[in-house]
Amino acid sequence: MKLRNVSKEELYRCSYGCAGCASVLAVRLTLKVLGRNSVFVVPANCISTVSCYYPQAPFFVPMTVMAFAATGAALCGISAGFKRRGREDIHVVGFSGDGGTADIGIQSLSGAIDSGYKFIYICYDNEAYMNTGIQRSGLTPYGATTSTTPSPCFENRPKKDMMRIVAAHDIPYAATACTSYPLDYMQKVEKASKVNGPTYIHVLAPCPTGWGFPPERTIEIGRMAVESGMWQLMEFEGGEFRITHTPRRRRPVAEYFEAQARFRHLRLEEIEAIQREIDASR
Amino acid sequence: MREKVPGPTSKAGSIPTKMGSWSTVKPVLKGRCTFCLFCWIFCPEGAISQDEANKVVLFNYEECKGCGICAHECPTKAIKMAEPEPRGGE
Ligand SMILES: Cc1ncc(C[n+]2csc(CCOP(=O)(O)OP(=O)(O)O)c2C)c(N)n1
Ligand code: SF4
Ligand code: SF4
Ligand code: SF4
Repeated sequence: MKLRNVSKEELYRCSYGCAGCASVLAVRLTLKVLGRNSVFVVPANCISTVSCYYPQAPFFVPMTVMAFAATGAALCGISAGFKRRGREDIHVVGFSGDGGTADIGIQSLSGAIDSGYKFIYICYDNEAYMNTGIQRSGLTPYGATTSTTPSPCFENRPKKDMMRIVAAHDIPYAATACTSYPLDYMQKVEKASKVNGPTYIHVLAPCPTGWGFPPERTIEIGRMAVESGMWQLMEFEGGEFRITHTPRRRRPVAEYFEAQARFRHLRLEEIEAIQREIDASR
Repeated sequence: MREKVPGPTSKAGSIPTKMGSWSTVKPVLKGRCTFCLFCWIFCPEGAISQDEANKVVLFNYEECKGCGICAHECPTKAIKMAEPEPRGGE
């Protein structure tokens, strides 16, 4: 895949998302790969909210807003319906936030993967319940402050490992990605769209509003997450994990933390402890 | 008697409101553009288009929210964020 060959058609425009929102970018990139022949299921989250200011409809493809806990169930139902009608060429896409995936929708996602129906479940991860005012979720990283984990008693639980959870279902294809690496992400969406079964993509999407950085740094911050080792780009296929991108240079995690208000309260020894943990896991 | 349910009243891809009115600054091409398309792929709003004949990018100010990602990511620093004309009448 080359930038020059990426579709020029814009199928997600004029949402009410914040300036510099990577979650909005993730929708745009997804539709560049899948095109008009797709339908979206979006539970309660930022994307459904910023896409449904009546009569504004930024999605140029059919989308339905689903009850929080039911994304997986809706994907199965729609996929089953298309199968019955012989329309398995239509991409059935779930687009759920980190809270909707790792906490509230996890049993539905588990059941959906188990059902074996064909769909792409995309978790766009802005690392908190952003739409309702930055509450911590199971995917908020250790050390971050949110409105429910304010400083000094910041988030003290590690980020839930969704990839290991979906891999434990023997899912045919799963991947992690980041909006700062658009070609890598789009290739993974394309790969998922060709699998005849359930697929899961977990895309890290920096949020200027919730993480506390100026909007022009959205792409840079995502790159820093990968270069510091706070986020890894990988695939799970045929029962095995594979790293798809190894950063050319490694950044100290302190640089990533300093750039965001949510980590600014961390003390030197706390940062050093996180750095040691990252180094040990490599 | 069953009540008649009205059909859809807003079609997919209806955008009566262009979000450009949110911007406080706007990107302007000032330096040399190598047509690498980085700004184009990273713009969350899809507000940048490709002028293939002249090998430069164009900005759609009606839809640009002025986030500044394009200027920040341009490898040749060809994009500058400029104050937009003051809007009158509101
Ligand atoms: C059952 C239920 N509980 C709570 C809510 C309120 N609610 C709407 S959006 C949202 C936050 C969604 O967070 P996440 O899934 O992380 O997506 P984000 O907003 O971060 O994009 C919440 C709590 C709801 N709509 N339904
Ligand atoms: S709060 Fe964050 S995720 Fe939600 S629209 Fe704003 S930038 Fe995007
Ligand atoms: S990033 Fe800069 S050089 Fe590349 S296409 Fe955009 S304006 Fe041109
Ligand atoms: S300022 Fe932001 S919204 Fe406007 S063209 Fe640049 S990247 Fe797109």
